[in-house]
Amino acid sequence: MTGELNPRFSFETLVVGAGNRLAVTAARTVAESPGTAYNPLFIYGPTGLGKTHLLMAIGQRARELASQLSVEYVTLDEFVEAYHAAVAAGQSDALRSRFDRVDVLLVDDVHFLTHRREMQAELLRIVGQLQSAGKQIVLTSDCPPSEIENLDERLLSRFDGGLVVDIGAPDLETRIAILNRRSEEREATFAEGVLDAVANIEVPNVRELLGLLNRLVAYQAVSEKPLTPWGAKELLEGEEQAAAPREAVQPESPPAPDEFADFLSDVEHTVTEQVEAWRTHLEEAIKRWASEGFSTARLGALLEEEAPVAVGGILRQFERDVERLRGSQVAMVRLDKERSQDAVFFDPDRVEEADELVQTTLEEVGPPPGPSAAWTFDSFVPGKGNEVATNGARGALERPGSRYNPLVIVGSTGVGKTHLLHAIGHELAAAPDAVVACLSAQQLLDELVEAIDGDKMDRWRVRYRRVTAFLLDDAHILAGKERTQEEVFHLFNDLFSSARQLVFAMLQPPKEVEGLDDRLKSRLQSGLVVSISGPDRDLRREIIEMRLAEQFGEADAELVDYLAARPAESVRAVLGLIQRVVSAAESQDARPSAAIARDVIEGVVPARQRTSTDVRTSGVLASPVTGVRSHEKVVWSWPDPVERVIEELG
Amino acid sequence: MSLVNFTTREITCKIVYYGPGRSGKTTNLQYIYGRVPDNRRGRMVSLATQTDRTLFFDFLPLELGSISGFTTRFQLYTVPGQVYYNATRKLVLQGADGVVFVADSQARQLDENIESMQNLQANLIEQGVDARAMPFVLQYNKQDLPRDLILSPDELNEALNFWDVPSFSAAALKGTGVFETLKAASEQVLRKLSQGEPA
Repeated sequence: MTGELNPRFSFETLVVGAGNRLAVTAARTVAESPGTAYNPLFIYGPTGLGKTHLLMAIGQRARELASQLSVEYVTLDEFVEAYHAAVAAGQSDALRSRFDRVDVLLVDDVHFLTHRREMQAELLRIVGQLQSAGKQIVLTSDCPPSEIENLDERLLSRFDGGLVVDIGAPDLETRIAILNRRSEEREATFAEGVLDAVANIEVPNVRELLGLLNRLVAYQAVSEKPLTPWGAKELLEGEEQAAAPREAVQPESPPAPDEFADFLSDVEHTVTEQVEAWRTHLEEAIKRWASEGFSTARLGALLEEEAPVAVGGILRQFERDVERLRGSQVAMVRLDKERSQDAVFFDPDRVEEADELVQTTLEEVGPPPGPSAAWTFDSFVPGKGNEVATNGARGALERPGSRYNPLVIVGSTGVGKTHLLHAIGHELAAAPDAVVACLSAQQLLDELVEAIDGDKMDRWRVRYRRVTAFLLDDAHILAGKERTQEEVFHLFNDLFSSARQLVFAMLQPPKEVEGLDDRLKSRLQSGLVVSISGPDRDLRREIIEMRLAEQFGEADAELVDYLAARPAESVRAVLGLIQRVVSAAESQDARPSAAIARDVIEGVVPARQRTSTDVRTSGVLASPVTGVRSHEKVVWSWPDPVERVIEELG
Repeated sequence: MSLVNFTTREITCKIVYYGPGRSGKTTNLQYIYGRVPDNRRGRMVSLATQTDRTLFFDFLPLELGSISGFTTRFQLYTVPGQVYYNATRKLVLQGADGVVFVADSQARQLDENIESMQNLQANLIEQGVDARAMPFVLQYNKQDLPRDLILSPDELNEALNFWDVPSFSAAALKGTGVFETLKAASEQVLRKLSQGEPA
């Protein structure tokens, strides 16, 4: 079946000119390193310009360089014939495997593929097979692939994926060179100028040019006198002109349209499109999901089926599984970014496993510390000093993560920042699926040190990056702690970019905190910075009334008036005053009254109070009852006693 | 009847040419027969009376060869047009995958066309076939007759094509429109295959 390579058609006998230089260069490259340079190589050009010559030259050169190479030259017609014969004999597999073994496949005249869908499919299969095995394919055609009528898109793209070169008609010089070489081969000699004259005759291709030469050789063999250039021209052109009318008289009956063939190709088209539609759907789906990185083994297995498969339902189920995987993956991204790239999240056959992995990771990580139950909005007493902050908090809660993000609450110690922070945390935690981290910077710092120490930073990060809201108390503590700032900075960015609410409480506005990294400063300043000032008289009164009412049912009006009139920088100071009075009253077994208060605050301090602690304190005393144990929040010593005296006198 | 057999990889389509007597159903088949290469056509079975009227039915098997790996066969049938052969028509109509209704474009044949169309519907309903779901095309044959004798395709559409199915002008004797009609019917039939596939 395979056409033999004509030894005359080699690169040596090929005359290279401007018209075919590119094609010849490509052909040489391909022959010298098959399967590596241009694959497939597609050479096209009008008939008679040397495509077949080139094709055979490739085959011969490839064989010369590596004799073990299996080179097959075949015209499309031979290919079709062989295929039909093989199919008829039930041996199409043998034919296929034969082609699959070829190292260099040379296919001539592929333009005859027009309308031959079956052959196109077969050729596509072979080309794909050879290409993937690194074998060389060279094809020729009289038109570019895109102009081969009705050519399968896939085949077209295969051809275009290699190198497509054309061969043009030879120029005058090339024509003379061709004629010279060919007459040498034929050992014919002509008078000077004869071949030039022949080269000047207009013929569409080399084959016809050589035809002219043949006639010349034949004429000269029987002629006694050598041909002159003029004689040669006259002879050949005369013949041409004489031949022309002969051709014209032959009536060319228009080919009767082959209606049946037309019908057949129509049916073929519809069958391919419709009957195997499930396969097409499946292949498209596989392509799509595979390109998104999902394992399509489940779908791929179906392609092996011969009978149609109910792909609709299967694809829908596949899609649902993919959605589930994506959900799990999103959850995993919050927990552990690295793990979210695990293969399990890309295999719809392992949906359950993916879920389990998320669950396990969640359990490993543990929840971050949440807001304390002691501080809620219910027990937060609003007043003038905290009005702005409270409104800010309410605003942030209306649209967490987007309205005021971050929210920074600034105020001196004891004014209720922590209370407000935790209260916000409570509200945020009420949202479904909320994971709220609410802690002091000191706690964060301790955890971080522990994590660094135990080499569990990943875990630490996961723990906080999954939160839906992050509230940090005493953020000013971060000052000077570079590593912690670094982590908080990244955490901030991570949470902020996914619109999670961030709330910070600190003593000074971020920009005034020394030792705080500028990038963190600017981020904290970028949201809403609100301040809480010390309680005014009204707020003090309210707090005192509330606190006394809690303990004694009803507050003594005089006592309330008295205590409210006392200056206090913070709510904590007010609570300290109340606590002192209550303690004094308890020691006297009496209800707290204005008189006791006066005694306590302006007069003698009860002995019990003094003995209860060795440490000298200021008027501001942190009682264990209020739950404040932070060393930093208690002023343990005054730097200058004089100021204290002045204050007490005032 | 199983239209597509995926196990044996065979496609068999039965297309019935329906229509009133003398509308040109057999002529359609004969023209097709004449265009099919010898190796593709089976023997055309035609049972006609001496006056060339189809007595029983015409049957033209077409072997389309292997298409996408499916051995594809088309079976074209005609029904006898005359009113009194309804039993035969029902028989032929059984298991049809598609119907080509060949109407006689002559104005005086309009009633026969309508009657035949009603008969087709009645027979389909009787066989429990939803006529609207059946691949169906119309052919207005004899459009080569003088204008004053025939109705235009538009007029025929108005009268017969109430489901708005594809319709073709034809002159079956000359072959005009014959393959167009067959192509459209085949395409509809084959398209239905994919719809019939469990989704």
